Amino acid sequence: MALKDITLGQYFPGNSLLHRFDPRSKILFTVFYIAAIFLCRWVVSYGFVLAVLLVFIAISHVKPKVFLKGMKPVVFIVIFTAILNLFYTGGHVLWSYGIFKITEEGLWKAGFMVLRILMLICCTLLLTYTTSPILLTDGLERLLRPLKRFGFPVHELSMMMSIALRFIPTLIQETDKIISAQKARGADFDSGNLIQKAKALIPILIPLFISSFRRAEELAIAMECRCYHGDEGRTSLRQLKMAPRDWVLIGFCVVMVAAVIALRILGL
Amino acid sequence: MEPIIEIKHLTHIYSPNTPFEQKALDDIDLTIYRGEYLGIIGRTGSGKSTLIQHLNGLMKPTSGQVLFEGQDIWSSKALTHSIRFQVGLVFQYPEYQLFEETVYKDISFGPRNMKLEEEEIDRRVRQAAAFAGLSDEILSRSPFELSGGQKRRVAIAGVIAMEPKVLILDEPTAGLDPAGSASILANIDAYRQANNATVIIVSHSMEDVARITDRLVVVSHGTLPFVGAPREVFSHGEELNELGLSVPAVNRVFARIRAAGIDLDPAVYTVDQAKAALLKALARKGGR
Repeated sequence: MALKDITLGQYFPGNSLLHRFDPRSKILFTVFYIAAIFLCRWVVSYGFVLAVLLVFIAISHVKPKVFLKGMKPVVFIVIFTAILNLFYTGGHVLWSYGIFKITEEGLWKAGFMVLRILMLICCTLLLTYTTSPILLTDGLERLLRPLKRFGFPVHELSMMMSIALRFIPTLIQETDKIISAQKARGADFDSGNLIQKAKALIPILIPLFISSFRRAEELAIAMECRCYHGDEGRTSLRQLKMAPRDWVLIGFCVVMVAAVIALRILGL
Repeated sequence: MEPIIEIKHLTHIYSPNTPFEQKALDDIDLTIYRGEYLGIIGRTGSGKSTLIQHLNGLMKPTSGQVLFEGQDIWSSKALTHSIRFQVGLVFQYPEYQLFEETVYKDISFGPRNMKLEEEEIDRRVRQAAAFAGLSDEILSRSPFELSGGQKRRVAIAGVIAMEPKVLILDEPTAGLDPAGSASILANIDAYRQANNATVIIVSHSMEDVARITDRLVVVSHGTLPFVGAPREVFSHGEELNELGLSVPAVNRVFARIRAAGIDLDPAVYTVDQAKAALLKALARKGGR
């Protein structure tokens, strides 16, 4: 079944340096890195940011092949962006045919845009590949905690995220089962035109919705039975602790962004 | 007896050539006959679910063959599709797969996929509902407002409506009360006798299955260590115990008595049989 092959925010357990960083510092790194990507201007800064990414991928001990697989879903967007930038940027014309023309500026811009999207995907994959979903939501909750003063439901949000992540595999399994059951009654998902194919999904989607509601209700009851009452006075089993290496990483983040800004000012 | 399904050297491997590779079925041979009542028992994860999904072409063998009435079910795409209607499979907790607005429409899903005439669909839906013990009045209701037991009957009727020659049910009585279980099993047997259909019941509980079936197949670690009449299979009580199957309590009690040096029938698996065996042993003793 193709459903089992979905890698969505998948975590690869390991014990590399990147795995051992505190989730908060890793989330901050990702945020800073994304900022750095958007501050890049020309070859030197792009090269610098790409080099940082490659170093981090190398120390994550996650196989490069896995990253390539994770980037598969965005291939279409990347190609689309590349083509748009390639043909719709004015400047010094290198080649033209009818209304189509490719400019030198367009080539550069398309290249940078593709690189930008790929680096963006890669750095978020780096975070989810090396951080377990539980730590990730814990880290996010701690980072967003100051927002609570303004009435932002930080705890609720992170709880929702953990539950959603927890149920993705369960729902995939459930979908698999429902597909088999409807196939056993002769349902045909592969033939027919687009409308028929869409209609064939109804026998899958309705049972899936119903079971999701049922599961939500059961989970709510189970949580209440264990005295869950939201954020108030709640303590955590895993206490997040910043180690010296985490401060080093955060320091590096600041330096990285400063360097990119400097390069930007220099026009590199 | 005439064979209806023949399984030859069936092997199934999950995620082959990956670190997650797992052999679920290992070189299995089994012949299933027309009109027989077969029980498949095994622990969770023994491979029994994988086995039954091969019987109607939901899963493709990694190697080996599954023949239906002498033809390999994977020999053509059309045949694989048509096998699904001839070998009806009711999954565990089938009530979670209901989706239509009315019970009638849900039961008619299978026959409609068979592209039958409207009149024939109507006949089949009503007959299947009757076999499953559903009244005419329920047919126009929404399946989601029924009780759990009734929902399960609707789901079973949905498969019976295809009038399969082989009906496979995975744990059909799981989560039902004893009265509900007995009534559903009686409905299934009625269908079998009316259509001379083969019925295969899958369960982890030997006690229930042994009482109703003609033949038992034990699945363990992807192989079939025991195949035969319930009495034959239960004469291996201790080995079954070692495989982690819950042998009926009477059988275990008798094994203990035998171990104490008293000669009793080892193949007993119901209380009635136990009573008869005890009386026989006592009579022998009294005669001496």
